[in-house]
Amino acid sequence: MTSFPKTLNENPLEKQDRSNIAVSCHKITKEFGSGDTKVQVLRGVNAEISFGEMSLLVGPSGCGKTTLISIICGLLDPTEGDLFVLNENVGKMSGRKKTAFRSQNVGFVFQQYNLLPALTAEENAAIPLVISGMKKRQAVARAAEVLNQVGLGNKLKSLPSQLSGGQQQRVAIARALVHNPRLLVCDEPTAALDAKSGQTVMELLTQVGRQKDRAVIVVTHDSRVYKFGDRIIEMNDGLIERVVFPKIDGSPYHAEG
Amino acid sequence: MIWIAWKMLTGDKAKYAGITFGIAFASMLISHQVSIFVGIMSRTTALITNVEEGEIFVMDPTVRQADEVIGLPNTALQRVRSIEGVKWAVKLSRANVRARLPDSPNNSVNGDFRGVILIGLDDSTLVGAPRQLLAGQVEDLKKPDAVIIDEAGYFYLFPGQKPQVGQIIELTDRRAEIVGICVVRQPFQSQPIFYTRYNQALQYTPPERRLLSYVVVEPQEGIAPETLAKKISEETGLQALTREQFKQKTIQFYLQNTGIPFNFGITVMLGFIVGVAIAGQTFYLFVLENIKQFGALKAMGFGNLKIVGMILIQALIVGVIGYSLGLGGTTLFFTATQGAIPLKGFTLLWQVMVLTAVAVSVIVVLASLLSIRKVLVLEPGVVFR
Ligand SMILES: Nc1ncnc2c1ncn2[C@@H]1O[C@H](COP(=O)(O)OP(=O)(O)OP(=O)(O)O)[C@@H](O)[C@H]1O
Ligand SMILES: [Mg+2]
Repeated sequence: MTSFPKTLNENPLEKQDRSNIAVSCHKITKEFGSGDTKVQVLRGVNAEISFGEMSLLVGPSGCGKTTLISIICGLLDPTEGDLFVLNENVGKMSGRKKTAFRSQNVGFVFQQYNLLPALTAEENAAIPLVISGMKKRQAVARAAEVLNQVGLGNKLKSLPSQLSGGQQQRVAIARALVHNPRLLVCDEPTAALDAKSGQTVMELLTQVGRQKDRAVIVVTHDSRVYKFGDRIIEMNDGLIERVVFPKIDGSPYHAEG
Repeated sequence: MIWIAWKMLTGDKAKYAGITFGIAFASMLISHQVSIFVGIMSRTTALITNVEEGEIFVMDPTVRQADEVIGLPNTALQRVRSIEGVKWAVKLSRANVRARLPDSPNNSVNGDFRGVILIGLDDSTLVGAPRQLLAGQVEDLKKPDAVIIDEAGYFYLFPGQKPQVGQIIELTDRRAEIVGICVVRQPFQSQPIFYTRYNQALQYTPPERRLLSYVVVEPQEGIAPETLAKKISEETGLQALTREQFKQKTIQFYLQNTGIPFNFGITVMLGFIVGVAIAGQTFYLFVLENIKQFGALKAMGFGNLKIVGMILIQALIVGVIGYSLGLGGTTLFFTATQGAIPLKGFTLLWQVMVLTAVAVSVIVVLASLLSIRKVLVLEPGVVFR
């Protein structure tokens, strides 16, 4: 049990300071299908994510976590509700603008890494820069720097098949960071990794997330990584059940609460 | 972006090879078969092409193609000559006769008979005589019993022997001396061609047969061959055609009355379908296998246009490589068989190359369409699943 029940999304550290809000969801709903097969997956989600924090999104399987982050990063449209990401009204953007918005402002880390198997580590990490129009050579040079930062300076020319899962995920993180996006979205980044690699990856992400101009949101099942969360958003059945700030609550977080 | 497309494609060696092979196979089959078809078709008009003088051929009204010989009455020549606008008109005969080689250990067909084509040329002008000789001279045709044989025919009748004049054979049981060996276009029926004077040809054919096959006509200066041909037809009741008309009529005949275009058409279609099937299916598998990566690219902001561009670049790459390999194969075939008499005159024409290029473009576009559709309808959100 957390000792201080909090009102939804209230961060006692920065009560009035709205400028620090990276993502704000207001009464987001999402329905799939229509008629008889219609299911409401999100049932009015209110949530906020701040810059400079590691935010975790947790909850039982099928509760809508992936759906929510897909909406936040502009991969899915909400059925209803308002959504502001980095002060832009993403909910009202056209498909094209969303694509451009994603390519500039969002970095992705996937459970299955999704690296291109035929490209080397540095080439994979360079892709977001190439998408934004940078020349290959420049892009790869920049990617190499970032790979260095994630500790893969000696694996620049390796193909994904020559890397361990943890190393591949670090390449994916380098790819997610290479174009300096302000929002980093990670879905189960440690699910396919052993404990030690998962630890390394989470340390890396936390370090990134605590930079003051960045917001990181990590969807996870993995109770071993809960300790990294600055803000833990608990979801259940399409709703936010509660939000916990373990550092402020002063007690280590346990999912069972 | 191009380098990403290239690396994705070549990264999967087996599939890349499969797609390229499909296209190479299709382009080789298509270009090869079309070339052979064109070669065969051009052989049907060899008789016309081999006569290098004269613009008009006059023949029996029922003749449908160049090798169909229906004898004209001897009076035909005079009637044609009397028409205004005719500069000159000469006799030309084409007949199928039997050749027999004298017994000799060197000859392949000792004592055997072989069917050959006998061309009889106007005695004084020798209009229609071959121009390119490997041995001997055209003028030697004026000697008694003189014949000139075509190169292919020579090597057919005298295999392994050097091209040399002076060989004696029998044509319809009469002596004939080879005084020259010439290079001419091969006829549709791959038979040796003998050239001789018209009067000599009479000796080699049964007397009851009408020997005169064609009257070859040159119009006077300033008179269009088409006009004169029409006039000759009207005034003599014979069939008079310009070279081009006669060639077209001949090719038309073969197209309509033989299974050749149909059979070649089927092979070409098969090449096309196999190309589309192999390339298309492998390409589709390739895209399907990389679908999550494509999804990731889309999530990261790779627009649909760029993805389609990338797939088309990949299609273009395999198209160009497959096409080059296929045409290389066909070229190699024709180079290797250049010396082979049965395939003489068969080459890869640039028109066929263009046609094959068009076919390959259609193949790769068809092959990539399915894949493009698959990627276009792909929700970028699938990368999270
Ligand atoms: N495109 C879709 N069409 C229909 N239903 C969908 C679609 N996407 C998700 N759902 C449904 O929405 C619900 C929530 O899915 P979501 O993937 O967001 O869950 P999750 O919390 O990420 O689960 P997990 O922890 O297993 O990844 C599930 O019941 C799922 O079946
Ligand atoms: Mg999920």
